[in-house]
Amino acid sequence: MELTGAEITIRCLQEEGVEYVFGYPGGAVLFIYDELFKQEQVKHVLVRHEQAAVHAADGYARSTEKVGVALVTSGPGVTNAVTGIATAYLDSIPLVVISGQVPTSVIGEDAFQEVDAVGITRPCVKHNFLVKDAKDIASTLKKAFYLAKSGRPGPVLVDIPKDVSNQKAEYSYPATVNIRSYNPQVQGDIGQIKRAAQMLLEAKRPMVYAGGGVILSDAAKQLTELVRLLGAPCTNTLMGLGGYPANDKQFVGMLGMHGTYEANMGMQNCDVLLAVGARFDDRVIGNVSHFNSVPRKIIHIDIDPASISKRVKVDVSIVGDVGHVVSDLLAVLNSSKQKPDAKALKDWWKQIDEWRGANSLTYKNSSELIKPQYVIETLHKITHGDAFVTSDVGQHQMWAAQYYKFNQPRRWINSGGLGTMGFGLPAAMGVQLAHPGSTVACVTGEGSIQMNIQELSTCKQYNLPIKVIALNNRYLGMVRQWQEFFHGNRYSHSYMDALPDFVKLAEAYGHVGIKVEKPSDVEGALKEAFARKDELVFLDFRTDSTENVYPMVPGGKGLSEVILAEDL
Amino acid sequence: MRHIISLLMENEAGALSRVAGLFSARGYNIESLTVAPTEDPTMSRMTIVTSGSDEVIEQINKQLNKLVDVVSVMDLTEGDHIERELMLVKVRAVGNDREELKRMTDIFRGRVIDVTDKTYTIELTGTGHKLDRFLQAIDHSLILETVRTGASGIGRGDRILKL
Repeated sequence: MELTGAEITIRCLQEEGVEYVFGYPGGAVLFIYDELFKQEQVKHVLVRHEQAAVHAADGYARSTEKVGVALVTSGPGVTNAVTGIATAYLDSIPLVVISGQVPTSVIGEDAFQEVDAVGITRPCVKHNFLVKDAKDIASTLKKAFYLAKSGRPGPVLVDIPKDVSNQKAEYSYPATVNIRSYNPQVQGDIGQIKRAAQMLLEAKRPMVYAGGGVILSDAAKQLTELVRLLGAPCTNTLMGLGGYPANDKQFVGMLGMHGTYEANMGMQNCDVLLAVGARFDDRVIGNVSHFNSVPRKIIHIDIDPASISKRVKVDVSIVGDVGHVVSDLLAVLNSSKQKPDAKALKDWWKQIDEWRGANSLTYKNSSELIKPQYVIETLHKITHGDAFVTSDVGQHQMWAAQYYKFNQPRRWINSGGLGTMGFGLPAAMGVQLAHPGSTVACVTGEGSIQMNIQELSTCKQYNLPIKVIALNNRYLGMVRQWQEFFHGNRYSHSYMDALPDFVKLAEAYGHVGIKVEKPSDVEGALKEAFARKDELVFLDFRTDSTENVYPMVPGGKGLSEVILAEDL
Repeated sequence: MRHIISLLMENEAGALSRVAGLFSARGYNIESLTVAPTEDPTMSRMTIVTSGSDEVIEQINKQLNKLVDVVSVMDLTEGDHIERELMLVKVRAVGNDREELKRMTDIFRGRVIDVTDKTYTIELTGTGHKLDRFLQAIDHSLILETVRTGASGIGRGDRILKL
């Protein structure tokens, strides 16, 4: 059957079961948009900026097990999408981004809206393609979806020149895909798994450190079973929150720069550390030589061999999919006659409980000023801990991570690796579309929200009843905090002057806006907002402008060199 | 330490820039890089000479393997291997220097491949070290131009890098 490149593109998306495409039209993708118009199976969501298209596809992917899809035009369409693509790359999120390109006859001539999309995105994609013939579109898209989802997931860009999308070619969607140079290892080496099991059984002070790989591999259940069997404390990275239930007594909270005292002290004092789908990044383990200064055995499970021994030397490395490896590890442990050392564990927990006693996640509530932590705690209460929470980047992100206790995976949606301000609202759109009946809250700040605030218009068009929880402290709070701690209180350009009236702004976009200025109004405002099930409500909380995020391990310091709230 | 990394990759547009981009993005050294298609025209063989600590070399190998276009990677310096580089040197050759340059070329088993009344162009193959020694052995002021390919490498005996 002969079809045009554009028809083939849409047929492929249908074959892949794509529900939503987030995009923005332009000259180079007009043939593809024409084909989108002629069918109903693949729904298109028109954003107001291409960065938001990619973030929305990203939020959709993070909250489901599916691949997110974005469609942008050539030139500025692609360059606007780059931040979104890099965000997904750093957090290993499966995306397929289709970009239009100028016609093949003018590529390289600095044509109107021409950029080298493959070149510009090369360092921030898992892989990318320039399709030069319509007959290659189907096989390329098949590969793109396969690459995005398999192994360590990531964004894949497919650049399609305008003439190729209008060129006719024989179409059949390939049933299978084979890339001879790409064979990710799924099953872990059983010998290594047995060594790991033995090491864990002999541990006196075991600790489990689980990251985003658990979420991506949908292995929360297996991880929970493993942690309970080992009787060990479990900490989650920012990307791993929800991978282990936060209300479980073996959960010691998030670790890292703003992690709990007990999690960070556990990392430094354990004798066997099991790292599961986590990559020892700088915000998580702090200073590497400080981290390595204490003796402990490390077992590392990761699908990406390059993540192993990248920053920290490990004793047992297991390359494979977290879900498969943890299941195999459980099987080995369950069939072993040896059990974890109950007496040693008892002493270990005694120590952990002592650290817990420091109560590092604490703040002084106030009847005068709204404390941001109090807003998040109340949000948790009102939503019964069951909302999808997206966030932007900064202090509010850390407070949401610390105070909203996630018991399920894929509920906490944030830009952990790249730290992209402007991520939260468009990501929430993708989440809300993927989960139409569910509660979606976007925790943000007055700085971050303005980086993609135009998406309030998209939310109106598609009736997305997101609740925007803006912790408005009139400062770029995290910048302000670092300036207070490390730059002698010189608040260089971290003050947000001339803020808009967010209530009026929300109303201008056709939404509901509520300004909250007193602590006593916080709960009522949240209740009212969430009662408005079919409306987007923008809550502008005027929070204490000098509140800082604690605990804090300053940059370059070790995990036990922490600043607690009471130290100041 | 100096390492010679040999790899097979898809002979596709952009594959070279993925490898070169990886080295610059992650701050790895490239001393030299050579690439050309193999007997199978769908594949290219690349030889990269780099240096770094054991940890860095391990990462380079892993990161190269991670590139979707890379079929297989071998660190030749981990075992027996042969390395060769080709150099073309154009020298000013007049008067007594003509005889001396020809003699040095013979000693180093090179060949004079182009002759004018004022110049010789000398072709020399060997390890990078040998090529360096040749340049040191001749009068430096006579050298007009040098072109070196960078090392190509292959494993000895049964060490074979194939799909």
